[in-house]
Amino acid sequence: MMDAPDLPLWAAVLVSLCVVGGAAFTLIGAIGLARLSFFYDRVHAPTLGATLGAALILLGSALCASVLQSRFVAHEILIAVFALVTTPVTFILLVRAALYRDRAESNEGVPPLN
Amino acid sequence: MSALILGWALLAAQIMLGLAMALAVWRIARGPRAQDRVLGLDTLYVNAMLMMVTFGIRTGSTLYFEAALVMGLLGFTATVALAKFLMRGEVIE
Repeated sequence: MMDAPDLPLWAAVLVSLCVVGGAAFTLIGAIGLARLSFFYDRVHAPTLGATLGAALILLGSALCASVLQSRFVAHEILIAVFALVTTPVTFILLVRAALYRDRAESNEGVPPLN
Repeated sequence: MSALILGWALLAAQIMLGLAMALAVWRIARGPRAQDRVLGLDTLYVNAMLMMVTFGIRTGSTLYFEAALVMGLLGFTATVALAKFLMRGEVIE
């Protein structure tokens, strides 16, 4: 369970900081998702994990692979670019659907359609 | 020594990501409306993808990287399809 690659000390410390920091940001985002009280507030929280958390963890992974193979390995950039491009698209679509539903039921606290 | 630091850091990160996934599952179960459940599902997908990346750092194999890439693709498609369904009541018109 506790096996990990044998990196030089500076690389191990850097990778550890990146991974733990990214996981902490993701956890903060998930706590916001669970704790905030309205849907339009809750949409903001998970983006913390999808952008900053993912970027830090993927940076740690790329650094670890690069130091292990002593060359520049960065296929994690694929995941990072993909997450960066798709997160706003999905949340815009989701919030537009939620707005449409709330307006159709004329709920409280929804901006009117002019 | 360095393997010990990295091993404990990865364990801490995996526990935090597991807690984040549990909170997302709680939001899916709790609701209260369909869009909240879709939001929880999207968060669950992203957190599971990051968990795969931490497993990949631990083992050093690229297999987990490919799993993470596939999970990212499927999560995006699932959320877009569900948002479309909530908007129009149909996925493909």
